[in-house]
Amino acid sequence: MSNMKATRDAYGDVLAELGAENKDIVVLDADLSGSTKTAVFRKQFPERFFNMGIAEANMVGTAAGLAAAGKIPFLSTFAIFAAGRAWEQIRQSVAYPKANVKIVPTHGGITVGEDGGSHQSVEDIAIMRAIPNMTVMVPADAVETRLAIRAAAAYKGPVYIRLGRNKVPAVFDDSYHFEIGKGTEVVSGIDMTFVTTGLMTAQAVNAAELLRQEGISARVVHISTIKPLDYDIIVKAASETGAIVTAEEHSIIGGLGGAVAECLAERHPTPVKRVGINDRFGTSGKAEELMKYFGLTPEDLAEAAREVMTRK
Amino acid sequence: MQNDTIAILEEMARKLRVSIVKTLHKSQSGHTGGSLSAIDMVTALYFHKMRHNPADPGWEGRDRFILSKGHAAPAQYVALAESGYFPKEDLMMLRRLGSHLQGHPDSKVTPGVEVCTGSLGQGLSMANGIALGLRLDSSSSRVYTIMGDGELQEGQVWEAAMAAAHYRLDNLCALVDANMLQIDGEVAKVMNVAPIADKFRAFGWHALEIDGHNMAAIIAALDKAENLKGKPTLIVATTVKGKGVSIFENKAAYHGVTPNDSELKEALVSLGCCEKTGCF
Repeated sequence: MSNMKATRDAYGDVLAELGAENKDIVVLDADLSGSTKTAVFRKQFPERFFNMGIAEANMVGTAAGLAAAGKIPFLSTFAIFAAGRAWEQIRQSVAYPKANVKIVPTHGGITVGEDGGSHQSVEDIAIMRAIPNMTVMVPADAVETRLAIRAAAAYKGPVYIRLGRNKVPAVFDDSYHFEIGKGTEVVSGIDMTFVTTGLMTAQAVNAAELLRQEGISARVVHISTIKPLDYDIIVKAASETGAIVTAEEHSIIGGLGGAVAECLAERHPTPVKRVGINDRFGTSGKAEELMKYFGLTPEDLAEAAREVMTRK
Repeated sequence: MQNDTIAILEEMARKLRVSIVKTLHKSQSGHTGGSLSAIDMVTALYFHKMRHNPADPGWEGRDRFILSKGHAAPAQYVALAESGYFPKEDLMMLRRLGSHLQGHPDSKVTPGVEVCTGSLGQGLSMANGIALGLRLDSSSSRVYTIMGDGELQEGQVWEAAMAAAHYRLDNLCALVDANMLQIDGEVAKVMNVAPIADKFRAFGWHALEIDGHNMAAIIAALDKAENLKGKPTLIVATTVKGKGVSIFENKAAYHGVTPNDSELKEALVSLGCCEKTGCF
C-alpha cells in the first residue's frame, strides 16, 4: 500500500525541513532519536540537536530553558515517557510560563505493540489536556502530521502532538487545509457521527462504509486538536445526526471521548458512546491483534454506532 | 577587590534583609529563613557580578539569574525592586490576589524573572537550556542559579548536573545555599546530601566551597567561576537559615513562617535599625 506512512516518519522529514528554514529550531531527544525520527534532524543539524540521555525530566527543563533563550525547541521520546514521566516538569517549566516548547512524542497508544503495557501510553491525552495553556493534537496521518508540526512551529506557546509508531493509511491529500483547533468532516452523513482522532479516523471511515451497506448514513468528524476543542463542529454533528460515537487509541477516561462528552453535556445533550481503551493497561501483541483485542476495529465502531442509535 | 566595594555590598545586603523582613511581615505568608540565607549571594549577583538592565529586562546581553529554590522569592523580589525593575511599594503586594509578585517566581508577570520556579529541582535544567541557547548564539552572557541544599534531594538535579558537565557548560555557575535545614528538620537527618562538592566534582564540575555570608568570598568565588573553563562551576555556600535576624537563625520552624508584629521589631533591631536611622 503506497499511501501508508507512519506519522513519526512524516515528523522526521518535516522537522529537518524546518531546521533548514529556521535556525532557531532546536531538537532534544532522550536516547530514542532513531525511533522518534529526530535522527533525521540530528544528522543534518548536529549543533542544534541535544541528546539528553535517558533523563526526560531534565530534557523538559532544558527545553524550557532553550525557549527562554529564544529558541524553538522540539522534544521527543515515547509518549509515556514525555507525558507520563515528565508531567510535572511539563506543567511547571513549560506550560505555567507558557514556554514556546513543542512536545512531540511518538509511540502513543496501544499500537506500540509487542513492547506491552509499560510502553503503551493510554492516558497522555487526558493528562496533557488537563494542563492550562497546553494545546493537544493527534494527527490522523502523515499529511496532517506535516501540517500540524509546521503549525506548531509557527504557534507561540506549548504544544503536545502525539504521534504513532506504525504505518497508517492516508486520510488526507495535499488539498487538506489544516488549522489548530479546527475539526474536519471527513465523511458526510445524517444518521449518526463518529468523532475521532489519530489513527481511529481511518478506522471510522471504514466503519462508515460498513454502515452505508446497511443503509445507515454515518458522518465522520476528525478532531486533530483535542484542546482547544472545536465545539462548533461537534455541536453541529450532534444536532444534525443525534448520536455520537467517539473513538481514540487512548483511555475512554479524559481523552477525546471525555472532552466530547463534556462539550455535549453542556451544549447539546446527545447520546454518546465512547470507544477506546476501557480503563485498562495495554498488553503485548501485534498492533493489529491489539486493535481487535481492545475493540478498535471498524466492526467494533459499527456496532457502537448501532447501539448509540437505539438511544436517539 | 576594593574594601569599600565589599562594604557597600554588605550594606546593601543589610538593607535588603530589612526589606525582606518588612515584606514578609506585610504578606504574612512566605519563606523567611531561606530568603535571609540566600540574600548575600543574591546581592553579590544583582549589585556586582551580573550585567543586567532594569530599564530593559529583556536586554539580550544580560546575564541570566534563576532562583531554583523559588520559595526564596522575596530575596529576588527585593533585589529586583532595589535595582529598579518595579517600584519598591509593589513589595507590599507580595502574594496578594492580582499582584505581579507571586508566591514563587513567575516569568509571565514579574519583570526580571526569567522562568517559573517553585517546584524544586527544575531550575538547573532550565539554566542548562539557557546556557545551551546562549552558546548557540555565541553570546558572552552567563547563567547563574541558586539551589537549596534540601533541593538537591530531587533526582532531576542530578540529571541536570550530568548534562551540564556533558555539554561543558562553562557559561553556567550554580550556587547552593547550604543552610542545612529543610521543612522537616536538618537536611542531614531528613535525607543527607553531603558531601555536595565531592558529588558535583564526581559528576564533572568545578566545585568551590565558601562561607555564603562572607561577601568578599562570594565575589571571589563568582570571579573564579567565570575564569574556570571547560566545565560548569558549583559554589557550595555554607549559610545560616534566617541569617541576620537572631530570633530566626538556624530554626527550621522559620522555613515557611513570617514575622509577627513583635518579631518584626526584634528583627529590625537585629538588623541595625533604630528610630534614628528611620528604617522602622
